[in-house]
Amino acid sequence: MAAESKKVLYGLYNDEEDLKGAVRTANSDHLDIMDVFTPFPVHGLDPILGLKESRLHILGFIYGATGALFGFLAMTWIFTSDWPIVFGGKPFWSVPAFIPITFEMTVLFSAWGMTITFYTVCGMWPGVKAKTLDNRITDDKFCIAFDVTDAPEGDVSKLQGFFSKTGAAEVNVKTM
Amino acid sequence: MSQPVAPVRHVLIEGNKSYHNITEDLCTPTEKAPSREWIIAFSIATAFLGLYIFAITWTVWKGIGSWNLNRTINWGWDITNFVWWIGIGHAGTLISAILLLFRQRWRTGVNRAAEAMTIFAVICAGQFPIFHMGRVWLAFFIFPFPNTRGPLWVNFNSPLLWDVFAISTYFSVSLLFWYTGLVPDLATVRDRATGFRRKMYEIFSFGWTGSAKHWQRWEYLSLVLAGISTPLVLSVHTIVSFDFATSVVPGWHTTIFPPYFVAGAIFSGFAMVQTLMVITRKVLKLEEYITINHIESMNKVIVLTGTIVGVAYLTELFIAWYSGYIYEQFAFYNRVFGIYWWAYFGMMFCNVVSPQVFWARKIRRSIWWTFFLSIIINIGMWFERFVIIATTLARDFLPSSWSYYSPTWVEISIFVGTIGLFFFCYMIFTRVAPVVAIAEVKAILKVAGDQYIGPNAKKTHGHAHTEPAAKKVDEA
Repeated sequence: MAAESKKVLYGLYNDEEDLKGAVRTANSDHLDIMDVFTPFPVHGLDPILGLKESRLHILGFIYGATGALFGFLAMTWIFTSDWPIVFGGKPFWSVPAFIPITFEMTVLFSAWGMTITFYTVCGMWPGVKAKTLDNRITDDKFCIAFDVTDAPEGDVSKLQGFFSKTGAAEVNVKTM
Repeated sequence: MSQPVAPVRHVLIEGNKSYHNITEDLCTPTEKAPSREWIIAFSIATAFLGLYIFAITWTVWKGIGSWNLNRTINWGWDITNFVWWIGIGHAGTLISAILLLFRQRWRTGVNRAAEAMTIFAVICAGQFPIFHMGRVWLAFFIFPFPNTRGPLWVNFNSPLLWDVFAISTYFSVSLLFWYTGLVPDLATVRDRATGFRRKMYEIFSFGWTGSAKHWQRWEYLSLVLAGISTPLVLSVHTIVSFDFATSVVPGWHTTIFPPYFVAGAIFSGFAMVQTLMVITRKVLKLEEYITINHIESMNKVIVLTGTIVGVAYLTELFIAWYSGYIYEQFAFYNRVFGIYWWAYFGMMFCNVVSPQVFWARKIRRSIWWTFFLSIIINIGMWFERFVIIATTLARDFLPSSWSYYSPTWVEISIFVGTIGLFFFCYMIFTRVAPVVAIAEVKAILKVAGDQYIGPNAKKTHGHAHTEPAAKKVDEA
């Protein structure tokens, strides 16, 4: 992340359908949207914004597989070579009895791994200061933001025109 | 993918709400000073929490001898209460995970509170096995860790150890699921707050902005966590039932136990959700978000799972007779007609007979009936665990060691005290976080709000997409 401050031009919309329409217009006008902020997940927004599918679930599988292997191999090592004990005349390597713990380790690793990854890639941790453009974005406003730090005056007025054309309720500039 | 919304779909959000109304209504309980009712109820809960601390201190100081367990009946109220609380702790993950996978929209009204309830119920459940260990300062011995005693490991073949793994995994995964769902709503509270409260919510909302990419990842995370929590929630009570089912005690070693315990857990969990929701929606004025339709949906789950439990009870009796095995037959004869016959009939009445009234739509949609029956079911499910544990142990293979068990004041105080602990946690939760998932309710507003669907829908609402019958909703 760049340390120098960024100048952001953003427009607020009152409805998610207005927002989606505006994003489509921005696409056809070849405007470079910095980010879109919404109070809840707006379905159908990802494809028109051109967001790639998240790969979090693939990682979830890898973490889960790691947990399964770790749990199963740890129990195997402990009961066959580190300290073999006979329980009720059963074999040392009693695979069926290892299944419940192997399963629990799969879920544990997958859930924790994915959650930690989620917060890390989103840059979210306790104490991180939110780069909030407007307090109402988590309430009822839908926001499209453009980075205008180095934009020439002409581009900014073009973006202003875009916002008024697409029905933005408010347009503001914020340096952050 | 898009899906047509049928006009017969239930209205889940009443009162012609806008997005801003939802924010206002759901954040307000955390923002204003607590009501007098809240303070009184909280004081009572705190008093019971005090009783819990006293009784636990007494137990640790005097030893487990202060409980009435004996050589024959070595599991009594402690394990009964443990299984009871764990069962209650199943509804939250069921509502948030399984109903998410089934795309049941009514879950959004109750999932947050039910998940919180799950976490607090599991905390209460954990108290019993931990303090039953006796020397509680050595409780960490239940975890496998490299130690200077060999290293000597735990027994991975033991169902009791599987329980340790199942419950600690369940607790931590439920916590992650609940908190990750809560983060966007904490950000909503943060953006309305000022001063010190804003600083606190800034810390707890992790810097959430609502960026489209974050929402996308958040939805993936929720969906995959739901996917892995579904087998997890089923595994937890299955493994709890293994504590009994893998033993060689007649009356316990039955293969029906895992599904029967899971159905019972969902049954009791939903009953506890009803108890809490009926009060919460009234006290926090959330009747427009936790509607009669929500309550009815949960009552349908209750009548289904109650009937499954009833079938399981009868199957057990049939199989005991059909097995031709006299010890099994005696165990069940004793369960029904033995010294604890009153517990068996209490269980049958509360769990199997009483929920059948929910077949009537009028009763299913009645607040008072729902509240009353949810209490009855909670009592019945407690009886079920007591019947399984104490009755079975009281009459074992050796008639010379037959015994009777009734709890001491210490055991009763610990149990009543955990109810205090539970409500203490729950009531704090209602003060610091929105009890209904704000973002998720907003996301279903246009398919479940009463201005869009149902009898009072406005046919002309300005936007073309709000036509109730022919409306298409993006579901991808």
